[in-house]
Amino acid sequence: MERLSENAEEILESLWVMTVEGDNVGCLLTSLKVNSDSEELLELVQRAYVEVRDDRVYLRKEGRPEAQMTVRRHRLAERLTMDILGIAGDEGNDQACEFEHLLRQGVDTKLCTLLNHPTTCPHGNPIPPGDCCVTARQKGEPGIVALTELRSGEAGEIAYLAASDDKKMQKLMSMGVLPGSHVTLTQKFPSYIFKVGNSQFAVDDTLAREIHIRRPVQKN
Amino acid sequence: MSAQKTSSPKVVLVGNPNVGKSVVFNALTGAYTTVSNYPGTSVEVSRGHCRIAGRSYEILDTPGMYSMMPITEEERVARKILLTEDPHAVVHVIDARNLERMLPMTLQLIEAGLPVILVVNIIDEAERLGIQLDLNLLQENLGIPVIGAVMKRKVGLDELRQAIADYAMVPYKPFVYAPDLEQDIDQLIKLIHGDYRLSRRATSILLLQKDDDIVQLVAEKEAGNGYEQLTETIREITFKRRADLHLQISLERRKVCKQMLKQVVTQSVKEGEPFGEKLSRWMMNPLTGTPILLLVVYFGLYKFVGGFGAGTMVDFFEGNLFENYINPPVVNFSEKYLTANWLFELVAGEYGLWTLGIRYAVALVLPIVGTFFLIFSLLEDTGYFPRLALLVDLLFKKIGLSGRAVIPIVLGFGCDTMATLVTRTLETKRERIIATMLLALAIPCSAQLGVILGLLSAEPNALAVWTVFLLLVFLFIGFLASKVLPGESPVFYMEIPPLRLPQLRNVAVKTLTRMQSYFVEILPLFLFASVVLWAGKMTGTLGSVINVFAPVVKAIGLPVEVTTAFVFGFFRRDFGAAGLYDLQSSGLLNATQLTVAAVTLTLFVPCVAQFLVMIKERGIKVAVIIFIFVTAMAFSSGWFLNKVLLTTGLLA
Repeated sequence: MERLSENAEEILESLWVMTVEGDNVGCLLTSLKVNSDSEELLELVQRAYVEVRDDRVYLRKEGRPEAQMTVRRHRLAERLTMDILGIAGDEGNDQACEFEHLLRQGVDTKLCTLLNHPTTCPHGNPIPPGDCCVTARQKGEPGIVALTELRSGEAGEIAYLAASDDKKMQKLMSMGVLPGSHVTLTQKFPSYIFKVGNSQFAVDDTLAREIHIRRPVQKN
Repeated sequence: MSAQKTSSPKVVLVGNPNVGKSVVFNALTGAYTTVSNYPGTSVEVSRGHCRIAGRSYEILDTPGMYSMMPITEEERVARKILLTEDPHAVVHVIDARNLERMLPMTLQLIEAGLPVILVVNIIDEAERLGIQLDLNLLQENLGIPVIGAVMKRKVGLDELRQAIADYAMVPYKPFVYAPDLEQDIDQLIKLIHGDYRLSRRATSILLLQKDDDIVQLVAEKEAGNGYEQLTETIREITFKRRADLHLQISLERRKVCKQMLKQVVTQSVKEGEPFGEKLSRWMMNPLTGTPILLLVVYFGLYKFVGGFGAGTMVDFFEGNLFENYINPPVVNFSEKYLTANWLFELVAGEYGLWTLGIRYAVALVLPIVGTFFLIFSLLEDTGYFPRLALLVDLLFKKIGLSGRAVIPIVLGFGCDTMATLVTRTLETKRERIIATMLLALAIPCSAQLGVILGLLSAEPNALAVWTVFLLLVFLFIGFLASKVLPGESPVFYMEIPPLRLPQLRNVAVKTLTRMQSYFVEILPLFLFASVVLWAGKMTGTLGSVINVFAPVVKAIGLPVEVTTAFVFGFFRRDFGAAGLYDLQSSGLLNATQLTVAAVTLTLFVPCVAQFLVMIKERGIKVAVIIFIFVTAMAFSSGWFLNKVLLTTGLLA
C-alpha cells in the first residue's frame, strides 16, 4: 500500500488526540480544517481509516493502529528535537512536525531504542508503546532515566552523565559521582539529594537532569 | 630544582573539604589559626611551624580541593601552592568513610611526582559504620606511607610526624591506564621539554584536560621549542576524544583505585538510622527545615546576638566597665593634660579617637560581632549551612543566586565586609555582582543589627515593618538584578557533609580568629573614621555635608537631626544606627519616623571598609555603580515607606 500523505497523517494524529486521548466523539471538519472533499480526507476514507458523517469525522477501528503510530512518531520526534538536539519552544514543535514524517520503515524503532523507549513526550503526553518497547519490557531491560525521574528512596546505578556543561560535569566526577556508581535518591524537593557510597550530595534540577540512572532490573 | 633556601622544609596539607585537614594542621603546629571546614569562608592558606626531631618544618594548610584540576577559586589557590612551592612532603588527608571516592586524588598527586604521605583520617567513625580497613595493604599497593588516624584525638599524630621526618622520595610505581590513553599521554610527554614542578605525565594529562593555568605555564616554557607541534598534537587528541575525555580519565583512575583497594576495605552491614541522620533529614525537608531555620534565627540571632550580645554584654561593657571604670580616668587625664581644645576634641571629644574609635569598637561592636561569630562558627561546625543552602536554593535561583550564596549572605549578618570578600567563592561573575550588591543594600551587619534591634524592640510593630520591608527589598532587587544582568543562571551542587557535634575547641578557635581579623581590620578604620569626623567638625565641613543631605532627609519625613546619623553611617554602619538611638532617647522621633529612618539607614550605603573591599573585589566601576544605586534606592525606599505608613496610618 502506498504511504499516507503528510496531511492525512496530521488528520489521524488530531483525531487520536481529540477522540482517543480527549473525550470528543468524532471531530468537526472545521476543527480539523478540512472540507469533506479534501484529498487527504478521501485518502483516509478510501482505506476505511475514518468515516465522515454530516460535518464530523470519526476514527474507525481499522484506522486506530495507524493513528496510534502517527502520534507515537510525532512524540518521538519531539523527544529527539527537544531533548537531544536541544531545540526549544515553537521551533522545536515545528522541527518535530517535519521529523515525524521521516520516521518510517523502522526508523521510529531505532530512534525509540536510542532514546531508551521513552513513555512520555516533553509535554508529558504518553507515547504509545511500539513493538520495540514491549519487547524491551519483556526482556526486563533496565530503563535509563534522568535522576529527576526516580522516586525518592529509589536506587540505581549511574549510567552516564550528559555533559552540557563541562566544568560542572568534571566537578561531579571529581567528587566521585561517576558512571557505575551506585546512587540512592533520598529527596526531590527543594533540591535533589542523593547518596553515593557514604557521601551525600545535593544538586538542582538542571544538574539532576543530566545524571542518567540505570534502574535495577525489575524481578517479577 | 633544589633552590638554595635557608628556610625550613615545607609540608603541604591537601585534601577534600571536611576531612579534618585543619585539625591535622592544628595538631601538627599547635597553632590557633583559621579552621574552616565548609566550602566558602576561607580562600586563604594558613601557615604554621612544627619541630620534629630537632628540625623545623613549615606547615601549609590549603583550602579544600577535589582534584588536581581546579574548578573553583579555592581549588585554584590550593593547586597554586603545589605549583609554586617546593614541598618536602605533601600530606593528603582523606576521610576513611569515603576512600574510594577520595583516592583518585591521591593517585593524581603521586602521578604528579609529589612526595605524598596519605593520612586516612576519621577511622573511628568509619569503624562505627562497619568499615574495616587494611592500611598496610594499601600502603603496599600505593607505594607511599599510609597512616590511619583520628586526628581530633591525636591518634596517628606521632606516626605522621615520624613519616614527615623520615620522608625519602622514592620513585613511585606508575599506574597504568588503558593502552589507548597511555599512548596519547606518551605522545605528549615526548613533546614536553621544559622542567615543571609536576611530572610530565601529570602535566600532559592536565594539558589534555585544558587546565588554563597549566596551558599558560607550558605556553611560556615551551615557546620556541616546538610549542606549535605540541598544541597541534593536543588539538588532535582532544578532538579525537571530544566525546568523553574527562570521563575516561576519571573512569581509568577509578579502575586503578578499585585495584588498589582490593581487599583493603571490608564493609559489614550497619544497623538502624542514627539520630544524626534523622536530624539531617529534618533539616533538609522544607516542612521541618523551615521551622528549624526559624528556631535558629530566633534563638541564635535574635535571642543570643540581639539579646545577650547587644543587650547584656553591651550593657556590661559600655554601661558598667567603660562608664564607671575606664572612661573617667581617660576623661580626667585628657582634661588635665590635653589643654588645647582641638587636641581634647581629637582624643575625648564627641567624635574623638577614644570616644568614637576605641570605646565604640571595644564596648559596642565587639560583643555583638563576637556573639555573632560564635553562633556562626557553631553552626558551621555542625554542618548546618550546606543543608540550609539546598533548602533555599530554589528561592535563591529567583534572585539570580544559587544556594551556595547562602554562606556569604549569612556571614553578611555578621560583617558585610568579610562577606563581600567571601563572595569570590561564588562561581560566576554574575552571582558575585548580585551577591555584592545585595550585601551592600539589604543585609545589615551584626553591629548595625544589634543597635537597630535595640532601637525598635520597644515598638514590635515597627520591628515587623522593618523586617518585612527589608525582606521585600532584598527579594525584589535580587529578582530585578537577575532579570537585568546578563549571563547564565547558576547551577547548584554541593556535598552535604555528615552532621556532627561541634568541637568546642574548634568553635572557640574559629570565633577568636574571626574576631581577631575583624578587629585588626576594623579598628584602624574606626580610628580613621573618628579622625575624619573630628576634622570635619573642626573645619565645619561636616556641617556642609549635613546641609547637602538635609533636604533629602526632610523629603522622606525625618527631622534634620537624623542627617548626622546618615553621614556617620558611611563610616560605620552601626555609628548611624547608634546616632538614631540618641535621637530616639531624646524623643525626637515618632514610631513612623523611627521605622523610616531605620529602614533607610539599613539600606543606605555600605561602610567605608565594605566599599574598599567592593572596589578590590569587583573593580572600581562596579563598586561605584553599586554605591550610587544603593544610595538612590535607600532614599527612594525611605520616601516610599514614609508615604505608605502615613497613608495607611499603620504605626500611628
